[in-house]
Amino acid sequence: MKLTILYFASLRETLGIERESVEIPAEIVTIGALRNWLRQRGGAWAESLAEGRAVRMALNRQLAGAESPLVDGAEVAFFPPVTGG
Amino acid sequence: MGQVKSVVRVQREDFDLTREVQALRQGDAGVGAVAVFVGTVRDVNEGSGVSTLTLEHYPGMTESALEDIAAQAHQRWRLNGTLIIHRYGELQPCDQIVLVAVTSAHRGDAFAACEFIMDFLKTRAPFWKKEQTPSGTRWVDARQADDEAAARWDESPPSTARAPSSPTG
Repeated sequence: MKLTILYFASLRETLGIERESVEIPAEIVTIGALRNWLRQRGGAWAESLAEGRAVRMALNRQLAGAESPLVDGAEVAFFPPVTGG
Repeated sequence: MGQVKSVVRVQREDFDLTREVQALRQGDAGVGAVAVFVGTVRDVNEGSGVSTLTLEHYPGMTESALEDIAAQAHQRWRLNGTLIIHRYGELQPCDQIVLVAVTSAHRGDAFAACEFIMDFLKTRAPFWKKEQTPSGTRWVDARQADDEAAARWDESPPSTARAPSSPTG
């Protein structure tokens, strides 16, 4: 399955990446599993996407929970809790 | 009552409060109340001076998140119109950041919906603030008080939220 992943705000800066296209293994079927998979890149990835970190996720531009199922070609985003207004 | 309006804009430019409110209620004689909230940039946050505030957002998702929040407000209350304008980019102290304006027949619905939209915007719209302070730049942390403010709307289902019909006027 192929995905586009976007990163915003402090997460974008810490990871040093704004967007990427990735081919993910077949066993990664939820957005939570994707987060765990990205963590395995180690370093800043392991730290900033760690279990206890407040990371918000969106799937095709809708806020999504860890259990949300991924779909081929989806746009996934990871970002810190929002602070607009 | 005219057609129900729902307008969302995400823009770099400033906005003119008078003109925006005028456009929102233009020709709708069913409107008896206009509630408006404007958020502005403070020069102090968490004990540090702030010289510049930079707002980042998620183009594409931001607009749909705001449209969704406005739609929920229209479902919960009897509204004639809603307008949400949120700026992004570099802002200075005293600049306007956000405008929420709500029109309705009576003030109760307008007040409640305006506050609801702001509470949900604060916790659901993908914006992030970065401050320039004397000791460098820093990302603003989300506040628990904002989560609590948004959560209190969950306690009252739409039917109840709408029920206490406000005094006329």
